[in-house]
Amino acid sequence: MMDNMFILYSLFILFLPLLAFLIQIFVGKRLPRQGDWVSIGAISITLVLAILMFISMISRYDPEFSNEASFTWLDMGEFKIRLGFLVDNITIIMLLVVALISTCTHIFSTQYLKGDIRYSRYFAYLGLFTFSMNGIVLANNLMSMYMFWELVGVSSYLLIGHWFEKDSAANASKKAFLTNRVGDIGFFIGIMLIYNAVGSFAFTDIFDGVGTGLIAGGTLTLAGIGLFMGAMGKSSQFPLHIWLPDAMEGPTPVSALMHAATMVAAGVYLAVRIFPILTPDALLVVAYVGGFTAFFAASIAITQSDIKKVLAYSTVSQLGYMILAVGTGVYTAAFFHLLTHAMFKANLFYGSGSVIHAMHHALHEKHDHETDPQNMHNMGGFKERMPITYWSMLLSTMAIAGIPLFSGFLSKDAILAGTLSFAQHHPIHFLLPIFGFGAAAITAFYMFRMMFLTFHGKPKMPELIEDINESPKEMTGPLVLLGGLSFFIWYTLPYFDPMSTHGWFTDLVKPSDAVVPGNLTAKQIEDGAHHAHYLAMYVSIGVAALGIFLSWFTYIKKGLSAEAWSRRAGFLYDWSLNKYYFDENYDRFIYQPSLRLSKKVAWIDWELYDKYFINGFGRLTSWASKVTGKFDFDVIDQLLVDGTGRIAALFGRQLKTVQTGKLQNYVLYVTAGIIILMIIQSF
Amino acid sequence: MDQLNSYLFIAAALFSIGLFGVMTRRNGIAVLMGVELILNAANINFVAFSRFGGMNLDGHIFALIVIVLAAAEAAVALAIVINIYNNLNTINVDEASRMKE
Repeated sequence: MMDNMFILYSLFILFLPLLAFLIQIFVGKRLPRQGDWVSIGAISITLVLAILMFISMISRYDPEFSNEASFTWLDMGEFKIRLGFLVDNITIIMLLVVALISTCTHIFSTQYLKGDIRYSRYFAYLGLFTFSMNGIVLANNLMSMYMFWELVGVSSYLLIGHWFEKDSAANASKKAFLTNRVGDIGFFIGIMLIYNAVGSFAFTDIFDGVGTGLIAGGTLTLAGIGLFMGAMGKSSQFPLHIWLPDAMEGPTPVSALMHAATMVAAGVYLAVRIFPILTPDALLVVAYVGGFTAFFAASIAITQSDIKKVLAYSTVSQLGYMILAVGTGVYTAAFFHLLTHAMFKANLFYGSGSVIHAMHHALHEKHDHETDPQNMHNMGGFKERMPITYWSMLLSTMAIAGIPLFSGFLSKDAILAGTLSFAQHHPIHFLLPIFGFGAAAITAFYMFRMMFLTFHGKPKMPELIEDINESPKEMTGPLVLLGGLSFFIWYTLPYFDPMSTHGWFTDLVKPSDAVVPGNLTAKQIEDGAHHAHYLAMYVSIGVAALGIFLSWFTYIKKGLSAEAWSRRAGFLYDWSLNKYYFDENYDRFIYQPSLRLSKKVAWIDWELYDKYFINGFGRLTSWASKVTGKFDFDVIDQLLVDGTGRIAALFGRQLKTVQTGKLQNYVLYVTAGIIILMIIQSF
Repeated sequence: MDQLNSYLFIAAALFSIGLFGVMTRRNGIAVLMGVELILNAANINFVAFSRFGGMNLDGHIFALIVIVLAAAEAAVALAIVINIYNNLNTINVDEASRMKE
């Protein structure tokens, strides 16, 4: 009975947002308030259902809980595709995250997008996104996951390009879509490699198949890396990280929902789901990609002046952490960080949205349409003007910086402990913890730099400060809620120990052993992480403190001059400011050559293929039809058709002489005929 | 047997006279009379064979059917002749050749 309830709730959670999407897209404009209450209503119901599922999960407190339901979607003899739901503790937690952030985003958007020309369509797309994200979360097989994966990509494209009148937004949406495509090719190859060997898309079948050795060795590594490529695209990992910062062209609530909390976490979610089949080699690739991304993106975030760009690179960096955790085997820590990060990073984006909203408003009052409302160098001193935004953002900033008592400290610490333990098992990979701790230090630095530049110090544009006001309660509500969720206590109940991750999460989400040989067992990983826990904790508190101190010393105390140091750093500063010239190099080495190639191919197509082959074919055809036309007219029509007619006419003329019209003649013929027949008969 | 032969002779004669009438007369009524003779020749044959061929009443019944048929035929044919006369003002069958080319 209970089990059916979960599947039923999942169905509602999946399809209610889709219903909202359909209503909004077709009749949204005609509804009162442009129908935002339809979307908010639908999403609130899913939130209630998700909370009910969560409560039920907590009350049964069973780490082994798992519930599956599937149906045959496609049946063609030997070839069958079954789709279905998998509801376990990870799913339920993830559903709650999606529903919660999605609800907050819906409410936040009612103010942030007030008066927007495509208000109802925006809510429709939010519904579509929530539907597809829930689809990914609920999938029990790679096939439906892949479908929803693409749907998420589409809704991301639509929402990034919400203000498509701006060229930058239109380009950013295209860039996001195409960059994701690169990863998705790998994802698809991975799925096909596995299907080819195992003959099923379902996770349970795949784990069984890998466990019994249906697919192993190099092929399995390749399949694992292929699947991970999908995660790289969605989670914006190096070298496919380029789309996420540009995706900030979308409305800020969208950035909070998709490009911070849920959609980009889909890659990590996938990596967590497929962790058991990743071979040691594939895990190493995963770990290095994640570790490098964490460090590399953090180093870009230092120099950015756009408040959303800082948060975007910070998101890339934090996702790198999660991927690093998967690679080093502590994948439950990755999921834990996903959970805490979703809360505090969504909140940071709401905060930045609130600030941008206020800036925008103030600039509008001054009739200033030149100044960039997102540039932190135009802000400063907002603390008194926007206290709720400031304090809730500060809570989330402390969480992301890894300060004890906050959620990020716990999850980051778990990841760093796992990384350290991995390096202790494999000393050759000492770079991974260095990436991890380095990124932690830089993160603390640039997050507080952002806070200091935005809220502290003297206003850079004093004429604006009078018009900067706290945002309406639809916007501060989510801020307060998610700011509160940055405290550690929500994640460690029923225990109260700010230094330990131990709580309902660790009780309910237990790591399982990898099914491929050669990996450490879950027990070994856990023991290792447990040993490294205190060392990791001290080092991470140390680096976080160092980062915050440097930030404070530079931007508040002015003990160090940021300008002087940026000059001293020389080319390093330029590289970081220009994001290591990735866009430029991709442009030079990938886009331009492929454009040139396309032009060449187009020339061949037009000049050679079309002109000679296609047009030649045309000429040949018209010549052939002339010949056959002549044949048709001369031979068929004239000789055969008309000939038959003429023969018939000839016979008719001959035979009509018999028809004299004289009755006696006919009788004579009849009698003569009978007599002749009788004579013939008598022989 | 001789009696049968004599009946057959009479029937054959009647038939020939009828045929001759049909072939030579141009008057529509006369042609019809010839046809009646031919039919009655056949009737005589039916009855004769029925009487002498040991076939009970089969022949008689056939003869009766032929008589009924002849009556019907005469009615239709006379109607045609009347129509021809109405339209062409003659009952000469050779004149009724409008459908000729």
